[in-house]
Amino acid sequence: MTDVLVVAELLEGGMRRSTLSAVNFAKQVAEGTGGSFDILAIGEGAENAASQLSGFGARKIFTAEVEGGYVAEKYAPTVAEVAKSGDYGVVTATATTYGKDLAPRVAARLEAGVASDIASVAVDGGKIVYRRPMYAGNVFGYCTVETPIQVVTVRQTEFEAAAESGGSSDTESVSIAEDGAAARVEFVSLESQKSERPELTEAEIVVSGGRALKSAENFKSVLEPLVDTLGAAMGASRAAADAGYVPNDLQVGQTGKVVAPKLYLAIGISGAIQHLAGMKGSKVIVAINKDKEAPIASVADYFLVGDLFQVVPELTSEIQKAKG
Amino acid sequence: MKILVPVKRVADPDNANKVKVSPDGQRVTSDGLEWKLNPFDEYAVEAALRINENGASGEKLGEVVVVSLGPDDVQTTLRQPLAMGADRGVQIKATDDQLDSSVVAKALKALVDAEKPDLVLMGKQAVDGDSNTAGQMLAELLGWPMATFAMAIEADASGKTLTVGREVDTGVLTLKVTLPAVVTVDLRIVSPAAVKNGKTPDTHKYNEGARYASLKGIMAAKKKPIDVKSLADLGVTSAPVVKYSKFELPPARSGQVKYVESVQELVTKLRTEAKVL
Ligand SMILES: Cc1cc2nc3c(=O)[nH]c(=O)nc-3n(C[C@H](O)[C@H](O)[C@H](O)COP(=O)(O)OP(=O)(O)OC[C@H]3O[C@@H](n4cnc5c(N)ncnc54)[C@H](O)[C@@H]3O)c2cc1C
Repeated sequence: MTDVLVVAELLEGGMRRSTLSAVNFAKQVAEGTGGSFDILAIGEGAENAASQLSGFGARKIFTAEVEGGYVAEKYAPTVAEVAKSGDYGVVTATATTYGKDLAPRVAARLEAGVASDIASVAVDGGKIVYRRPMYAGNVFGYCTVETPIQVVTVRQTEFEAAAESGGSSDTESVSIAEDGAAARVEFVSLESQKSERPELTEAEIVVSGGRALKSAENFKSVLEPLVDTLGAAMGASRAAADAGYVPNDLQVGQTGKVVAPKLYLAIGISGAIQHLAGMKGSKVIVAINKDKEAPIASVADYFLVGDLFQVVPELTSEIQKAKG
Repeated sequence: MKILVPVKRVADPDNANKVKVSPDGQRVTSDGLEWKLNPFDEYAVEAALRINENGASGEKLGEVVVVSLGPDDVQTTLRQPLAMGADRGVQIKATDDQLDSSVVAKALKALVDAEKPDLVLMGKQAVDGDSNTAGQMLAELLGWPMATFAMAIEADASGKTLTVGREVDTGVLTLKVTLPAVVTVDLRIVSPAAVKNGKTPDTHKYNEGARYASLKGIMAAKKKPIDVKSLADLGVTSAPVVKYSKFELPPARSGQVKYVESVQELVTKLRTEAKVL
């Protein structure tokens, strides 16, 4: 029997939807071992997040209201205290930049090992076995974590958002534990670019542009009409993000975001392995590239050889027609 | 400032698709692949050198110590940052099966206790294990503040605090940390104006990317000291706690690429064959 503690991720005074991937994982482990799961909502808007999470089957939801922005040094001691207060075998969060930042810090505090960014979990004779991508997704490793408490971050694209199961969880508010490190870090700002478009990691369709787009202008005038016609999220290769054509947080790849939409369009992207690592889980992949031999061909389902500046506008109007 | 930069060798990431799994599934074999400095670690070295020099003239302001855990061939790995300009190296002798991120974090903690750097600057992840955990664990073991996924670092004139821009899912999150601290770096830390210290001229722009070692640097690196320690010297006796039982290659994507001739054909195929439009 293993009880799981899920650390919810909060954003703008409520739960960030990515949290539901960790909830799904927690349900799988709890079901597999006959245990239960609890949730800790920590941050600004914890009460609100708790009410949003109430119908997902958690035995209990802890809330810890924290003023001001997120810093790991403030959160980790509290997460560790809550983790130690129960009989938890696993502490988990989604492998967003939040989970990746916080979870290992919590682990060190709990003297726990970490399995990060896992793609699946199996319970085998009481042992919990994690499967995780390594080498930019070119190898999968199966591992166990041999400490009394284990810390796990889960890959959002591999764990669907948990569905609401009804009922309502009890809540309990907990106090904030701090330590010396918290006094030596100060949250200054979070600059985020607001977009009306769906979130990259959740979108059904992603259109990504590469270096070939050549400018921020072209992203706007050539790519955006296609993106919006499809109701898609916009992504980019590192080369495009580095060149400043789009903000960094649109980067798809091993070291950017991992996406797995139904349809992925790679436009003017060569398909370096670091890019493939972030998108090859997509169901259908379309490449538009001048070069028939571009490595993106190794994962693409459909490949249109051509100049994107001609093909993309044509594609946009063809889809508009098809839709209209 | 005294900066410690932990570095790891990885199988050449640009050849990672040539990484294989042994027939019994027990090992990842990178036979025939070259070892490279983990790219993020190379960027950490570059960032450390930038923090410790006066941009334009290259005048040195502090010391950069690089450390790698592993068998004797990591000495070759250490020569690269030494050739780039780091001052000295430390090898912590270990075999790969003695290490996981918790052992690495403990060993680094012991080394930090001995070396007392002002800053530990490291890559955000190693591109073999892709774990992204060692820096955070080290910071907690030390009781130090941290800033992970750094894309910009600005040291204040006194060298006592760093303002760090972090690349997060929702944009750029800026933190101010009081030293000593642990900072893990992301790719954009090597863009032309990403690192500033009190001495960097306002107009100074670095070349994009990590610097190459000059011939002179390579010659000089041969003479730079590499101190060798064992895990036992550092009082680290623990074994890895994350145990791998099996490896496998990912399933190949089903089917082969279909080349389509026209936009119309593409749209038709996406509607009727793939059914995604
Ligand atoms: C440590 C590390 C981590 C990295 N992480 C990532 C990551 O997370 N994500 C990522 O994407 N990359 C990552 N990279 C970078 C990666 O290796 C590649 O450099 C990058 O993906 C290339 O981007 P690109 O395909 O846009 O550009 P290029 O490789 O320059 O490709 C441009 C493509 O556009 C085509 N093209 C040119 N003009 C036209 C036209 N008019 N019409 C149609 N096609 C055209 C060309 O044929 C070419 O295939 C990483 C690299 C390192 C070292």
